[in-house]
Amino acid sequence: MIEIGLQHYLILAAIIFTIGIIGIFLNRKNVIIILMSIELILLAVNINLVSFSIYLQNLTGQVFAMFILTVAAAEAAVGLAIIVIYYKNVGSIDVEEINSLKG
Amino acid sequence: MEYAIIFLPLIGSIISGFLGKKIGDKYCQTLTSLFVSISGFLSLLIFYKVFTQDYSSNKLIFNWISSGSFQVNWSINVDALTSVMLVVVSLVSSIIHFYSIGYMSHDPHKPRFMAYLSLFTFAMFTLVTADNFLQLFFGWEGVGLCSYLLIGFWFKKPAANAAAIKAFLVNRVGDFVFAIGIFLIFFFYKTVNYNEVFYLTGTSIFLNKEIIFLGIKFNLISLICIMLFIGAMGKSAQIFLHTWLPDAMEGPTPVSALIHAATMVTAGVFLVIRCSPMFEYSQTALTFVTIVGMATAFFAATIALVQNDIKKIIAYSTCSQLGYMFLATGVGAYHVAIFHLFTHAFFKALLFLGSGCVIHSFNEEQDIRSMGGVWKKIPYTYTLMIIGTLALTGFPFLSGYYSKDAIIESAYLSGNTIGYYGVTVGIFTAFLTAIYSWRLIFKTFHGKFNNKKQNLKSIKESPLIMLLPSCLLAIGAISAGFLFKEIFIGTDSQNFWQNSILFLQDKNHEHAPTWLLAITPIIVIIAIPVSYYLFIKNKEILNNFIIKYKIFYNFLLNKWYFDELYDFIFVNPFKKLGLFLWKKGDINIIDRYGPDGISKLIKVISNKAVNFQSGYLYHYAFAMLIGFSILLTYLILQ
Repeated sequence: MIEIGLQHYLILAAIIFTIGIIGIFLNRKNVIIILMSIELILLAVNINLVSFSIYLQNLTGQVFAMFILTVAAAEAAVGLAIIVIYYKNVGSIDVEEINSLKG
Repeated sequence: MEYAIIFLPLIGSIISGFLGKKIGDKYCQTLTSLFVSISGFLSLLIFYKVFTQDYSSNKLIFNWISSGSFQVNWSINVDALTSVMLVVVSLVSSIIHFYSIGYMSHDPHKPRFMAYLSLFTFAMFTLVTADNFLQLFFGWEGVGLCSYLLIGFWFKKPAANAAAIKAFLVNRVGDFVFAIGIFLIFFFYKTVNYNEVFYLTGTSIFLNKEIIFLGIKFNLISLICIMLFIGAMGKSAQIFLHTWLPDAMEGPTPVSALIHAATMVTAGVFLVIRCSPMFEYSQTALTFVTIVGMATAFFAATIALVQNDIKKIIAYSTCSQLGYMFLATGVGAYHVAIFHLFTHAFFKALLFLGSGCVIHSFNEEQDIRSMGGVWKKIPYTYTLMIIGTLALTGFPFLSGYYSKDAIIESAYLSGNTIGYYGVTVGIFTAFLTAIYSWRLIFKTFHGKFNNKKQNLKSIKESPLIMLLPSCLLAIGAISAGFLFKEIFIGTDSQNFWQNSILFLQDKNHEHAPTWLLAITPIIVIIAIPVSYYLFIKNKEILNNFIIKYKIFYNFLLNKWYFDELYDFIFVNPFKKLGLFLWKKGDINIIDRYGPDGISKLIKVISNKAVNFQSGYLYHYAFAMLIGFSILLTYLILQ
């Protein structure tokens, strides 16, 4: 068996982070997927924090992870609410059609 | 009093120029004329004071430039020479202000015209009252500017604009050399004030100083004098730099009378006389002045013989008379030169005003071939012109007689070869002067009526406001010589001039032999019947002559081909150069890669940048990621 050490966790976090990022800009379909990708990025950060916390024997990292979980939950709630309102107004949450940022 | 003389015309000019629209034409004309007339009256007072009490003063207005050892004041310096110039300028100017009220009665821009005239008077005053070369130069440029503005007064006429620019440019040549002269003075004398410069000139350090200029060794004083004189040549329309004066006749006639006959063009003569303490020490410069004066007197007279424009004839005549003045200064007779300047101002202004009346009567016709036979219709104008002509030609006992004869006499008395040449040229030119002047009179007033555009009945005498000022000048033209002869050039004239003119040798007051003095008047009187015969009685002789010597006639008619020569040497190459620099240099290189290029580049870049702004969220996220990675890479690699 391979000994699972810090770097494995870090690699896992990096992979999840990259998936999240790529999910944001490769996704052409749905705004919800963007929200999910952001969740993924936050999760990757959490993994980093927790693994370093254990590695350094310092609890502060885990406390931060708890905070981030809370903020992520709130963020997801707000994001979903915005999407619902947006859908009511526009009738679609297709990413391809959201370009009202263009002046 | 001196302050009032200088500043009244300026105030009049400012009021008329800036408030003219508000206060109305009538008030502008009255106001400016009145102010200048007051100046004229005060100038007469000053002249009287100078004459009776040897008055002289130097009043400071303010310290103009003060930089290290370079100290220049703006001041009013009054001495005998200045007082004479003040009288000439202010009297002629005020008379012409009044005349303009009549002459410009149909013009829509009267306030502007009066403002320019007054401004000119002010500039001329600062010129003659200067006590240093820099203030002189200021006035010099001031009158040049006013001359430019007034020649181009009818700015809708292309010929007037061209003439104005030509006058300015030709004067620039003279002024450039004049400026070099002033630089030289400052460089070597460390001052530009007359008193100090003239004092230092007499000291032995400067008398024999030689400098190397353009690789040639010159005597310092000669070099400075010649430089100053070339400046004077530009302003006084001497040969080679004269071409602007005839063209300047495009301006209104009062302007020609004031600026291009009586006052501004004599500034050059004034300059040479003012600098007599320097010229006296340089025989080279004096010889140069004499030769140029002689050449101009002769050559301008020959051209005037065949011209057909009434004003151009008088313009060339002015040129020729200025030549006489320089001839006088060249032989060291400065007081005679200023005397001729004084009398010339009266009769030449009179001739111009008279020709203005003629032009007015003929409804803007200037060609003497389209005139004739009207002397009974406009008797007053006719009389005025006759008086002017008699005075100009030097008919006995009129003003021109005294001054012109004095010039010829002093040329004779100078006793060297160049002086005898001067006598010959002077007498011959006097003969030519008489011929062309009487040709003008006969062609304009006698013979058949030749105008096809209007009939004889429509020719009317000019209004009183034009005739009266001319009458004043006529009185001057008749009596100025007789009255002021003793003061200006009499045996005791040195008492009057005091320090304003320097003569190294005491003037000998012998007289030239009587036969010499009698030649000119006799020739002048003979010229009257001769020209009557040639131009009225028997035109065949002249016509045959013209056909026979066509080349010679064309040579004179085309003004010795000076304009063509200058076109060929200077104007056309410079035009080509300018065109090249404009088309190729400016448009193709500087504009193309400069402002135009940059603006085009910005347009292209911003067009690209617009595409960047797609509005899609994932594009922005991608850009952020790229940016973030680059930043991170940079930080890590650092």
